Amino acid sequence: MDKVLPSLEEAIADIKDGAMIAIPGFFACGVPRALLQAIIKKGTKNLTLACGCGPLLGAADELRALTLNGQIKKVIDSYGLFRSASKGMQDPFEQAVRNGKIELEVYPMGTMAEKYRAGGAGIPAFYTPTGVGSVMEESVVTSIDANRTPKETKIINGQKYVLEYALKPDYAFIHAHTGDREGNLRYAKTARNFNHVMATAARITIAEVENLVGVGELDGDDVHTPGVYVQRVVAVPRPKFAITID
Amino acid sequence: MSPKVKFEGLPREMIALRVSREIKDGNYVNLGIGIPTLVSNWIEGKDVVLQAEIGMLKTGALADGDDVDQDLINASCQAVTALPGSSYFDIAESFAMIRGGHIDVAVMGALQINGRGDYAGWSNPARGLFVGNVGGSMDLCAGAKKLFIAMEHVTKDGEYKIVKELSYPSTADGKVSMLFTDLAVIEITPKGMVLKEVLAGLTAKDIQSVTEPKLIISPDLQEMQL
Repeated sequence: MDKVLPSLEEAIADIKDGAMIAIPGFFACGVPRALLQAIIKKGTKNLTLACGCGPLLGAADELRALTLNGQIKKVIDSYGLFRSASKGMQDPFEQAVRNGKIELEVYPMGTMAEKYRAGGAGIPAFYTPTGVGSVMEESVVTSIDANRTPKETKIINGQKYVLEYALKPDYAFIHAHTGDREGNLRYAKTARNFNHVMATAARITIAEVENLVGVGELDGDDVHTPGVYVQRVVAVPRPKFAITID
Repeated sequence: MSPKVKFEGLPREMIALRVSREIKDGNYVNLGIGIPTLVSNWIEGKDVVLQAEIGMLKTGALADGDDVDQDLINASCQAVTALPGSSYFDIAESFAMIRGGHIDVAVMGALQINGRGDYAGWSNPARGLFVGNVGGSMDLCAGAKKLFIAMEHVTKDGEYKIVKELSYPSTADGKVSMLFTDLAVIEITPKGMVLKEVLAGLTAKDIQSVTEPKLIISPDLQEMQL
Protein backbone atom coordinates (compact mmCIF):
# COMPACT_ATOMS: atom_id res chain seq x y z
CA MET A 1 0.00 0.00 0.00
CA ASP A 2 2.42 2.68 -1.21
CA LYS A 3 1.35 6.16 -0.03
CA VAL A 4 4.35 8.16 -1.22
CA LEU A 5 3.75 11.12 -3.52
CA PRO A 6 6.61 12.74 -5.45
CA SER A 7 5.88 16.34 -4.43
CA LEU A 8 4.19 18.50 -1.80
CA GLU A 9 2.12 20.10 -4.58
CA GLU A 10 0.56 16.77 -5.49
CA ALA A 11 0.03 15.88 -1.83
CA ILE A 12 -2.12 18.99 -1.24
CA ALA A 13 -3.65 19.33 -4.73
CA ASP A 14 -7.22 18.50 -3.61
CA ILE A 15 -7.35 20.97 -0.68
CA LYS A 16 -10.09 23.47 -1.45
CA ASP A 17 -10.92 26.93 -0.15
CA GLY A 18 -12.64 26.72 3.24
CA ALA A 19 -10.86 23.55 4.42
CA MET A 20 -9.97 22.94 8.05
CA ILE A 21 -6.36 21.83 8.43
CA ALA A 22 -4.78 20.58 11.65
CA ILE A 23 -1.34 22.13 12.24
CA PRO A 24 0.76 20.35 14.89
CA GLY A 25 3.82 21.71 16.61
CA PHE A 26 4.54 23.17 20.01
CA PHE A 27 5.83 26.66 19.25
CA ALA A 28 8.84 26.03 16.95
CA CYS A 29 9.10 22.26 17.52
CA GLY A 30 7.50 19.67 15.24
CA VAL A 31 5.79 22.12 12.86
CA PRO A 32 5.08 20.92 9.27
CA ARG A 33 6.84 23.89 7.69
CA ALA A 34 7.22 22.40 4.19
CA LEU A 35 3.48 21.69 3.93
CA LEU A 36 2.68 25.18 5.25
CA GLN A 37 4.97 26.66 2.59
CA ALA A 38 3.22 24.55 -0.05
CA ILE A 39 -0.25 25.80 0.97
CA ILE A 40 1.06 29.38 0.90
CA LYS A 41 2.27 28.78 -2.66
CA LYS A 42 -1.05 27.18 -3.64
CA GLY A 43 -2.92 30.20 -2.25
CA THR A 44 -5.90 28.28 -0.80
CA LYS A 45 -8.24 30.71 0.99
CA ASN A 46 -10.67 30.78 3.93
CA LEU A 47 -8.66 28.20 5.84
CA THR A 48 -9.41 27.21 9.39
CA LEU A 49 -6.10 26.25 11.02
CA ALA A 50 -6.71 23.95 13.99
CA CYS A 51 -3.61 24.11 16.21
CA GLY A 52 -2.70 23.15 19.78
CA CYS A 53 0.13 25.25 21.16
CA GLY A 54 1.32 28.12 18.99
CA PRO A 55 2.87 26.39 15.93
CA LEU A 56 2.13 29.52 13.92
CA LEU A 57 4.15 31.60 16.41
CA GLY A 58 6.99 29.12 15.95
CA ALA A 59 6.64 29.36 12.16
CA ALA A 60 6.32 33.16 12.17
CA ASP A 61 7.41 33.65 8.53
CA GLU A 62 4.73 31.24 7.34
CA LEU A 63 2.10 32.90 9.56
CA ARG A 64 2.99 36.31 8.17
CA ALA A 65 2.69 35.07 4.57
CA LEU A 66 -0.63 33.30 5.21
CA THR A 67 -1.98 36.44 6.87
CA LEU A 68 -0.78 38.90 4.24
CA ASN A 69 -2.16 36.60 1.49
CA GLY A 70 -5.54 36.65 3.25
CA GLN A 71 -5.62 32.84 3.41
CA ILE A 72 -6.77 32.40 7.03
CA LYS A 73 -10.39 32.63 8.14
CA LYS A 74 -9.95 31.23 11.61
CA VAL A 75 -7.34 29.85 14.04
CA ILE A 76 -8.19 27.50 16.92
CA ASP A 77 -5.43 27.29 19.56
CA SER A 78 -4.54 27.42 23.25
CA TYR A 79 -1.69 29.86 22.62
CA GLY A 80 -2.37 31.89 19.48
CA LEU A 81 -1.08 35.35 20.39
CA PHE A 82 2.52 36.51 20.58
CA ARG A 83 3.93 36.34 24.10
CA SER A 84 5.00 39.95 23.85
CA ALA A 85 1.93 42.22 23.79
CA SER A 86 3.91 45.06 22.20
CA LYS A 87 5.26 42.86 19.38
CA GLY A 88 1.81 41.40 18.93
CA MET A 89 0.33 44.85 18.36
CA GLN A 90 2.68 45.32 15.37
CA ASP A 91 2.10 41.86 13.94
CA PRO A 92 -0.23 41.52 10.91
CA PHE A 93 -1.84 38.36 12.32
CA GLU A 94 -2.76 39.93 15.65
CA GLN A 95 -3.94 43.05 13.84
CA ALA A 96 -6.20 40.86 11.68
CA VAL A 97 -7.56 39.20 14.84
CA ARG A 98 -8.17 42.63 16.40
CA ASN A 99 -10.03 44.00 13.38
CA GLY A 100 -12.11 40.84 12.96
CA LYS A 101 -10.62 39.63 9.67
CA ILE A 102 -9.36 36.47 11.35
CA GLU A 103 -11.31 34.73 14.10
CA LEU A 104 -9.39 33.23 17.03
CA GLU A 105 -10.99 30.56 19.21
CA VAL A 106 -9.27 29.49 22.41
CA TYR A 107 -9.38 26.27 24.44
CA PRO A 108 -7.07 25.02 27.19
CA MET A 109 -4.21 22.96 25.73
CA GLY A 110 -5.27 19.67 27.30
CA THR A 111 -8.77 20.21 25.96
CA MET A 112 -7.32 20.80 22.46
CA ALA A 113 -5.34 17.54 22.76
CA GLU A 114 -8.41 15.61 23.89
CA LYS A 115 -10.61 17.14 21.14
CA TYR A 116 -8.28 15.56 18.55
CA ARG A 117 -7.90 12.31 20.48
CA ALA A 118 -11.67 11.98 20.75
CA GLY A 119 -12.09 12.92 17.08
CA GLY A 120 -9.77 10.10 16.04
CA ALA A 121 -11.24 7.62 18.51
CA GLY A 122 -14.91 7.90 17.63
CA ILE A 123 -15.89 9.72 20.82
CA PRO A 124 -18.14 12.69 19.93
CA ALA A 125 -17.64 14.68 23.15
CA PHE A 126 -16.19 14.39 26.63
CA TYR A 127 -16.53 15.92 30.10
CA THR A 128 -13.39 17.57 31.49
CA PRO A 129 -12.61 19.29 34.80
CA THR A 130 -10.38 21.78 32.97
CA GLY A 131 -11.72 25.33 32.84
CA VAL A 132 -14.46 24.89 35.45
CA GLY A 133 -14.97 28.21 37.23
CA SER A 134 -13.35 30.19 34.40
CA VAL A 135 -14.57 31.82 31.19
CA MET A 136 -13.87 28.45 29.53
CA GLU A 137 -17.32 27.41 30.76
CA GLU A 138 -18.42 29.59 27.84
CA SER A 139 -17.09 29.68 24.30
CA VAL A 140 -13.99 31.90 24.02
CA VAL A 141 -13.79 33.28 20.52
CA THR A 142 -13.14 36.73 19.10
CA SER A 143 -16.32 36.98 17.05
CA ILE A 144 -18.81 38.87 19.20
CA ASP A 145 -21.83 36.83 18.09
CA ALA A 146 -20.36 33.55 19.24
CA ASN A 147 -18.88 34.91 22.43
CA ARG A 148 -20.12 33.79 25.78
CA THR A 149 -22.25 30.91 24.53
CA PRO A 150 -22.46 28.70 27.62
CA LYS A 151 -21.06 25.18 27.35
CA GLU A 152 -23.01 22.32 28.90
CA THR A 153 -21.83 21.29 32.35
CA LYS A 154 -22.59 18.32 34.56
CA ILE A 155 -22.00 17.38 38.18
CA ILE A 156 -20.47 13.89 38.40
CA ASN A 157 -19.71 12.46 41.85
CA GLY A 158 -20.01 15.95 43.30
CA GLN A 159 -17.59 17.63 40.92
CA LYS A 160 -18.47 19.94 38.03
CA TYR A 161 -17.28 19.15 34.50
CA VAL A 162 -17.52 20.97 31.15
CA LEU A 163 -18.70 19.24 27.97
CA GLU A 164 -16.25 19.69 25.10
CA TYR A 165 -16.69 18.33 21.57
CA ALA A 166 -14.38 16.25 19.39
CA LEU A 167 -12.59 18.00 16.53
CA LYS A 168 -12.22 16.26 13.15
CA PRO A 169 -10.31 18.44 10.68
CA ASP A 170 -10.54 17.81 6.93
CA TYR A 171 -6.77 17.46 6.69
CA ALA A 172 -3.79 17.15 9.03
CA PHE A 173 -0.31 18.30 8.05
CA ILE A 174 2.17 16.10 9.94
CA HIS A 175 5.93 16.44 10.44
CA ALA A 176 7.73 13.17 11.23
CA HIS A 177 11.39 12.26 11.64
CA THR A 178 10.96 8.94 9.81
CA GLY A 179 8.20 7.46 7.72
CA ASP A 180 7.95 4.30 5.66
CA ARG A 181 6.19 4.01 2.31
CA GLU A 182 3.02 2.65 3.95
CA GLY A 183 2.68 5.65 6.26
CA ASN A 184 4.05 4.28 9.53
CA LEU A 185 5.59 7.28 11.34
CA ARG A 186 8.16 7.87 14.04
CA TYR A 187 8.76 11.29 15.60
CA ALA A 188 11.87 12.73 17.25
CA LYS A 189 11.77 13.60 20.95
CA THR A 190 9.44 16.51 21.81
CA ALA A 191 8.63 17.08 18.12
CA ARG A 192 5.96 14.41 18.58
CA ASN A 193 3.66 16.74 20.57
CA PHE A 194 0.38 17.21 18.62
CA ASN A 195 1.48 15.25 15.52
CA HIS A 196 0.11 11.86 16.53
CA VAL A 197 -3.34 12.91 17.78
CA MET A 198 -3.89 15.18 14.80
CA ALA A 199 -2.95 12.35 12.41
CA THR A 200 -5.66 10.21 14.02
CA ALA A 201 -8.33 12.95 13.92
CA ALA A 202 -8.20 14.18 10.32
CA ARG A 203 -10.12 12.76 7.34
CA ILE A 204 -6.95 12.97 5.22
CA THR A 205 -3.53 12.99 6.88
CA ILE A 206 -0.54 14.16 4.88
CA ALA A 207 2.89 13.49 6.40
CA GLU A 208 6.13 15.26 5.48
CA VAL A 209 9.00 13.03 6.60
CA GLU A 210 12.67 13.85 7.02
CA ASN A 211 13.70 10.27 6.34
CA LEU A 212 11.67 8.15 3.94
CA VAL A 213 12.44 4.45 4.36
CA GLY A 214 11.28 1.24 2.76
CA VAL A 215 8.60 -1.01 4.19
CA GLY A 216 10.11 -3.07 7.00
CA GLU A 217 12.93 -0.63 7.73
CA LEU A 218 10.98 1.03 10.55
CA ASP A 219 10.73 -1.56 13.32
CA GLY A 220 7.16 -2.22 14.44
CA ASP A 221 8.12 -1.41 18.03
CA ASP A 222 9.31 2.05 16.92
CA VAL A 223 6.12 3.10 15.14
CA HIS A 224 4.44 6.03 16.95
CA THR A 225 1.63 6.53 14.40
CA PRO A 226 0.50 3.37 12.58
CA GLY A 227 -0.03 3.78 8.84
CA VAL A 228 -3.80 3.32 9.05
CA TYR A 229 -4.03 6.98 10.07
CA VAL A 230 -1.87 8.31 7.23
CA GLN A 231 -3.05 8.71 3.62
CA ARG A 232 -0.12 10.48 1.95
CA VAL A 233 3.65 10.66 2.54
CA VAL A 234 6.18 13.10 1.04
CA ALA A 235 9.94 13.22 1.71
CA VAL A 236 11.29 16.65 2.73
CA PRO A 237 14.73 17.92 3.82
CA ARG A 238 15.34 18.39 7.54
CA PRO A 239 14.11 21.95 8.22
CA LYS A 240 16.35 24.70 9.59
CA PHE A 241 14.79 27.18 12.00
CA ALA A 242 15.47 29.20 15.13
CA ILE A 243 14.06 27.84 18.41
CA THR A 244 12.39 31.05 19.51
CA ILE A 245 9.07 32.82 19.67
CA ASP A 246 8.26 36.49 20.30
CA MET B 1 -5.89 50.01 44.15
CA SER B 2 -2.41 50.74 45.41
CA PRO B 3 -0.89 50.27 48.82
CA LYS B 4 0.98 53.31 50.18
CA VAL B 5 4.37 51.72 50.60
CA LYS B 6 6.67 49.50 48.60
CA PHE B 7 9.30 47.20 50.08
CA GLU B 8 12.53 45.93 48.56
CA GLY B 9 11.92 42.22 48.08
CA LEU B 10 13.88 39.13 47.14
CA PRO B 11 15.15 38.75 43.57
CA ARG B 12 13.22 36.27 41.41
CA GLU B 13 15.90 33.58 41.79
CA MET B 14 15.48 33.64 45.57
CA ILE B 15 11.68 33.32 45.35
CA ALA B 16 12.39 30.23 43.23
CA LEU B 17 14.80 28.95 45.90
CA ARG B 18 12.12 29.29 48.58
CA VAL B 19 9.61 27.41 46.41
CA SER B 20 12.16 24.63 45.82
CA ARG B 21 12.26 23.91 49.58
CA GLU B 22 8.64 22.74 49.38
CA ILE B 23 9.44 20.26 46.60
CA LYS B 24 10.15 16.88 48.11
CA ASP B 25 12.07 13.81 46.99
CA GLY B 26 9.83 11.62 44.85
CA ASN B 27 7.75 14.52 43.46
CA TYR B 28 6.76 14.80 39.81
CA VAL B 29 6.68 18.55 39.15
CA ASN B 30 5.52 20.87 36.36
CA LEU B 31 6.97 24.39 36.27
CA GLY B 32 5.21 27.26 34.47
CA ILE B 33 6.78 30.18 32.61
CA GLY B 34 8.63 32.93 34.53
CA ILE B 35 9.74 32.61 38.18
CA PRO B 36 8.52 28.95 38.28
CA THR B 37 11.02 27.99 35.53
CA LEU B 38 13.84 29.25 37.80
CA VAL B 39 12.90 26.64 40.41
CA SER B 40 14.69 24.09 38.18
CA ASN B 41 18.00 25.78 39.14
CA TRP B 42 17.51 24.78 42.79
CA ILE B 43 16.50 21.12 42.68
CA GLU B 44 19.88 19.58 41.92
CA GLY B 45 20.51 16.66 44.24
CA LYS B 46 16.81 16.14 44.86
CA ASP B 47 15.09 13.03 43.57
CA VAL B 48 12.57 15.07 41.54
CA VAL B 49 11.29 14.55 37.98
CA LEU B 50 10.23 17.57 35.92
CA GLN B 51 7.35 17.14 33.49
CA ALA B 52 7.11 19.39 30.41
CA GLU B 53 3.59 19.44 28.94
CA ILE B 54 5.02 19.30 25.41
CA GLY B 55 5.45 15.58 26.15
CA MET B 56 8.54 14.84 28.22
CA LEU B 57 9.37 13.50 31.66
CA LYS B 58 12.74 14.13 33.29
CA THR B 59 13.61 17.35 31.50
CA GLY B 60 17.28 18.26 31.90
CA ALA B 61 19.13 21.58 32.01
CA LEU B 62 18.92 24.22 29.27
CA ALA B 63 20.99 23.30 26.22
CA ASP B 64 23.56 25.51 24.52
CA GLY B 65 26.15 25.21 21.76
CA ASP B 66 26.38 21.74 20.24
CA ASP B 67 23.83 20.38 22.71
CA VAL B 68 20.99 22.34 21.08
CA ASP B 69 18.57 19.98 19.32
CA GLN B 70 15.66 21.55 17.42
CA ASP B 71 13.54 18.50 18.29
CA LEU B 72 14.03 18.92 22.04
CA ILE B 73 12.48 21.93 23.76
CA ASN B 74 10.59 22.65 26.99
CA ALA B 75 7.15 24.23 27.33
CA SER B 76 8.72 27.73 27.27
CA CYS B 77 10.25 27.11 23.81
CA GLN B 78 13.80 26.79 25.17
CA ALA B 79 16.23 24.11 23.97
CA VAL B 80 16.78 21.61 26.78
CA THR B 81 18.77 18.44 27.37
CA ALA B 82 17.61 14.94 28.24
CA LEU B 83 18.75 12.92 31.27
CA PRO B 84 19.22 9.19 31.77
CA GLY B 85 15.66 7.91 32.15
CA SER B 86 13.99 10.74 30.21
CA SER B 87 10.90 9.77 28.23
CA TYR B 88 8.83 11.32 25.43
CA PHE B 89 5.12 10.89 24.70
CA ASP B 90 2.35 12.53 22.73
CA ILE B 91 0.32 15.51 23.90
CA ALA B 92 -2.88 13.61 24.74
CA GLU B 93 -0.81 11.32 26.98
CA SER B 94 0.87 14.36 28.51
CA PHE B 95 -2.42 15.97 29.48
CA ALA B 96 -3.96 12.67 30.56
CA MET B 97 -1.08 12.51 33.05
CA ILE B 98 -1.76 16.10 34.14
CA ARG B 99 -5.56 15.93 34.45
CA GLY B 100 -5.42 12.38 35.79
CA GLY B 101 -3.79 13.44 39.05
CA HIS B 102 -0.31 12.03 38.43
CA ILE B 103 1.61 15.31 38.88
CA ASP B 104 2.39 16.11 42.52
CA VAL B 105 3.16 19.82 42.27
CA ALA B 106 2.53 22.52 39.68
CA VAL B 107 4.19 25.91 40.15
CA MET B 108 2.65 28.81 38.23
CA GLY B 109 3.04 32.56 37.99
CA ALA B 110 0.04 34.86 38.55
CA LEU B 111 -1.25 38.33 37.77
CA GLN B 112 -3.65 38.31 40.73
CA ILE B 113 -4.72 36.00 43.55
CA ASN B 114 -7.46 36.35 46.17
CA GLY B 115 -7.87 35.01 49.71
CA ARG B 116 -9.88 31.99 48.54
CA GLY B 117 -7.06 30.70 46.33
CA ASP B 118 -8.64 31.83 43.07
CA TYR B 119 -6.00 33.17 40.73
CA ALA B 120 -5.70 34.93 37.39
CA GLY B 121 -2.73 34.38 35.13
CA TRP B 122 -3.79 33.69 31.55
CA SER B 123 -5.25 36.88 30.17
CA ASN B 124 -4.42 40.49 30.84
CA PRO B 125 -7.42 42.68 29.89
CA ALA B 126 -4.98 45.54 29.23
CA ARG B 127 -4.21 43.75 25.97
CA GLY B 128 -7.70 44.70 24.83
CA LEU B 129 -8.72 41.24 23.61
CA PHE B 130 -11.30 38.91 25.14
CA VAL B 131 -9.09 35.95 24.20
CA GLY B 132 -5.63 35.19 25.61
CA ASN B 133 -2.90 32.56 25.82
CA VAL B 134 -4.24 29.96 28.21
CA GLY B 135 -1.77 27.20 27.28
CA GLY B 136 -1.84 24.30 29.73
CA SER B 137 -2.42 26.37 32.88
CA MET B 138 -6.07 25.41 33.44
CA ASP B 139 -5.34 21.71 32.93
CA LEU B 140 -2.54 21.88 35.51
CA CYS B 141 -4.88 23.60 37.97
CA ALA B 142 -7.51 20.92 37.40
CA GLY B 143 -5.16 17.98 37.85
CA ALA B 144 -2.06 18.74 39.93
CA LYS B 145 -2.23 17.48 43.52
CA LYS B 146 -0.77 20.76 44.82
CA LEU B 147 -0.74 24.15 43.11
CA PHE B 148 1.85 26.74 44.18
CA ILE B 149 1.97 30.34 42.96
CA ALA B 150 5.31 32.16 42.73
CA MET B 151 5.16 35.87 41.98
CA GLU B 152 6.15 39.37 43.05
CA HIS B 153 3.98 40.62 45.93
CA VAL B 154 2.84 43.80 44.12
CA THR B 155 2.92 44.97 40.49
CA LYS B 156 5.76 47.01 38.99
CA ASP B 157 3.57 50.07 39.59
CA GLY B 158 3.13 49.07 43.22
CA GLU B 159 -0.49 47.93 42.88
CA TYR B 160 -1.98 45.03 44.80
CA LYS B 161 -1.65 41.60 43.20
CA ILE B 162 -3.07 39.90 46.29
CA VAL B 163 -6.61 41.26 46.09
CA LYS B 164 -10.04 40.87 47.67
CA GLU B 165 -11.67 40.15 44.30
CA LEU B 166 -10.00 39.33 40.98
CA SER B 167 -10.44 41.95 38.29
CA TYR B 168 -8.69 39.76 35.69
CA PRO B 169 -10.27 36.59 34.28
CA SER B 170 -9.59 33.66 36.59
CA THR B 171 -7.47 30.65 35.62
CA ALA B 172 -8.95 28.44 38.33
CA ASP B 173 -10.94 28.95 41.51
CA GLY B 174 -9.88 27.74 44.93
CA LYS B 175 -6.99 25.57 43.77
CA VAL B 176 -3.90 27.38 45.13
CA SER B 177 -2.47 25.94 48.34
CA MET B 178 0.70 28.03 48.81
CA LEU B 179 1.78 31.47 47.67
CA PHE B 180 5.45 32.49 47.53
CA THR B 181 6.35 36.13 46.94
CA ASP B 182 9.45 38.30 47.25
CA LEU B 183 8.20 39.36 50.70
CA ALA B 184 6.33 36.45 52.26
CA VAL B 185 5.08 32.88 52.26
CA ILE B 186 1.31 32.56 52.60
CA GLU B 187 -0.78 29.41 52.99
CA ILE B 188 -4.30 29.42 51.60
CA THR B 189 -6.69 27.69 53.99
CA PRO B 190 -10.49 27.36 54.17
CA LYS B 191 -10.42 30.22 56.72
CA GLY B 192 -8.38 32.53 54.46
CA MET B 193 -4.77 33.51 53.87
CA VAL B 194 -2.39 32.54 56.66
CA LEU B 195 0.89 34.46 56.80
CA LYS B 196 3.56 31.85 57.58
CA GLU B 197 6.86 33.62 56.82
CA VAL B 198 8.02 37.20 56.28
CA LEU B 199 11.20 38.48 54.70
CA ALA B 200 13.91 39.34 57.24
CA GLY B 201 13.55 42.96 58.38
CA LEU B 202 9.81 43.15 57.70
CA THR B 203 6.85 42.66 60.03
CA ALA B 204 3.43 41.08 59.60
CA LYS B 205 2.02 44.62 59.58
CA ASP B 206 4.31 45.51 56.67
CA ILE B 207 3.04 42.52 54.67
CA GLN B 208 -0.58 43.40 55.47
CA SER B 209 0.04 46.93 54.16
CA VAL B 210 0.79 45.54 50.67
CA THR B 211 -1.90 42.83 50.80
CA GLU B 212 -5.54 43.76 50.21
CA PRO B 213 -7.37 40.85 51.92
CA LYS B 214 -7.03 40.51 55.70
CA LEU B 215 -4.23 38.12 56.60
CA ILE B 216 -4.44 35.60 59.43
CA ILE B 217 -1.11 35.69 61.26
CA SER B 218 0.24 32.22 61.93
CA PRO B 219 0.96 31.62 65.63
CA ASP B 220 4.40 30.32 64.60
CA LEU B 221 5.20 33.15 62.17
CA GLN B 222 8.82 32.87 61.00
CA GLU B 223 11.45 34.74 59.06
CA MET B 224 11.54 33.50 55.46
CA GLN B 225 13.58 30.28 55.29
CA LEU B 226 16.04 30.38 52.39
